[in-house]
Amino acid sequence: MSARIELRTAPHVKGRRTVEKIMQQVVFSLLPICLFFIYQYGISAAALIIVVTASCLATERLFVRQGGQAGDVSDWSATITGILLALSLPPGFPLWMGAVAGIVAIAIGKSLFGGIGRNVFNPALVGRAFVQAAFPTAIASYTPSFLPGRFSEFIPSSLALPFMQPASTEAWVKAMPIDALTSATPLAKWKFDGIVAGADELLTSLAGHMAVGPSPLLILICGAYLASRRYLDWRIPVSILGAAGITALALYGFDPVRYPNPFFMLLSGGLVLGAVYMATDMATSPVTPKGMWVYGALIGVLTVVIRYYSGLPEGVMYAILIANAASPLIEKITQPTPFGRGRGGRVRRATYPLHPSYISREEDGASAPKKLFKPKVKS
Amino acid sequence: MNLGQAKTFDEFMEGIWRQNPVFVMALGMCPTLAVTVSAINALSMGVATTFVLICSCLLVSLLRRVIPKEVRIATYIVIIATFVTVTDYAIQAISLTLYDALGAFIQLIVVNCVILGRAEAHASKVSPLTAVINAAGMGAGFTIGLLALGTVREIFGNGTLFGISLFGANFQPWVIMVLPPGGFFVLGGWLLLFAWWAKRRDKAALPADKAAEGHQHA
Repeated sequence: MSARIELRTAPHVKGRRTVEKIMQQVVFSLLPICLFFIYQYGISAAALIIVVTASCLATERLFVRQGGQAGDVSDWSATITGILLALSLPPGFPLWMGAVAGIVAIAIGKSLFGGIGRNVFNPALVGRAFVQAAFPTAIASYTPSFLPGRFSEFIPSSLALPFMQPASTEAWVKAMPIDALTSATPLAKWKFDGIVAGADELLTSLAGHMAVGPSPLLILICGAYLASRRYLDWRIPVSILGAAGITALALYGFDPVRYPNPFFMLLSGGLVLGAVYMATDMATSPVTPKGMWVYGALIGVLTVVIRYYSGLPEGVMYAILIANAASPLIEKITQPTPFGRGRGGRVRRATYPLHPSYISREEDGASAPKKLFKPKVKS
Repeated sequence: MNLGQAKTFDEFMEGIWRQNPVFVMALGMCPTLAVTVSAINALSMGVATTFVLICSCLLVSLLRRVIPKEVRIATYIVIIATFVTVTDYAIQAISLTLYDALGAFIQLIVVNCVILGRAEAHASKVSPLTAVINAAGMGAGFTIGLLALGTVREIFGNGTLFGISLFGANFQPWVIMVLPPGGFFVLGGWLLLFAWWAKRRDKAALPADKAAEGHQHA
């Protein structure tokens, strides 16, 4: 008689948290932001969110069916991609271009790498980068928020026929019965005209007719909910905003005339949305706590550098994409030390394949290190 | 005679289909990605390369017993460079706009690995006639490859095909398609299509082969 002993490695206890549940919670937390976006821009924004999400879901369905990839539309991940992509686009973005962005996001950003959990880059940002390169004029034309009649008529550029140029929104905005309207985003205004918007106006996005996305305050609240329920790691947004703030503060202290104040840097553009929702994508960010700090700091610094020193007013997208590419490397150099391994101030590391020294030895052609790490059990 | 004809045809089709330089062998990627912003550029580049390919393969094949093994690569380069110079001047004489559009890539045909590869791997081992037929097939395959890329990129990037407007004046050009990333995307798309087709063909062929084997055993 011998009892069967099952030998297996950790994890031994599984949480009840599944991919579907996490993704679902993220979608729920995005809903208030979507509603606010629709409140700002009316039916054009609603149509954009629906069209982009639908094109993401349809592409996901096609690739899952055809390629036998893991995941399905029911796991909500393509829905998140679609909503985030729509929120990062201007509200009057032509719907057919939005559909193209959605298709590219899922097809090139996700399915090409093998589906859910295997993508190297955030799919929503891949889609946005594609349309930014393909349609630079359309993606730069914002419309002011809170226009009268936004719930009864579309922004004219929204309804462009497929493959056709969108109508210019400039004349349409000028015809509005309001004074002092501007279609430039606060970042573009700062970059090209040197006008810095106030931090309190930016924080709520409620004042006046600014061409901005959803309110950073709302995004932070929704992100705080997710972080408190541990659906995202608080370290990434904190380190992104911290690094961006410190970099901007240092430059502001250096030359307050040339550089805007750090609050403007933090609250304008898509930095908060990117920090809370895009950079925290689980598949594309490091898993080690130290790595998350490095990753966040990289995004924060790059964002400010791109905004200041490049021709583009906004740099969050490229900063996150670059950090996504670097995230496996960051993970490798920030492997945690196992508990109890420090001796005499010297940290002994476990030797397992992810450790950099092990990898370099392996590349040299040597076999696995002779002295393997074995925990000493005191009896 | 019939058999000979079939073999000739196979030799020619080799480059167009089974060993297509662009889609299957992925050779000569530099001009493939760089000059295919429009269909006319792609076509002229393809024709120029085909001309150089046929002429140099013929000459290499004729001289294959004369060329010393030690200096064969240098000799091939000299032969290829001769015909590239001819092409260069010919294009300059025919159309200066086209010459400007293709830029340095005409001269760079010299180092196109399709040509050197054919000279080294094929033309230096076979009779002149076979070499020319094979080179013509390869050239046609290369031209088809470039044209496939150039057509898609011109339609999306400019809304035209061979300069003729397809969608009217209101067409929204996809700027990315005439930029280098667009070249990679379109090439990737075509490679995907070819790989998918080849996989399907193999799948379809597999049960038939197994069935044939089964019959033999029986």
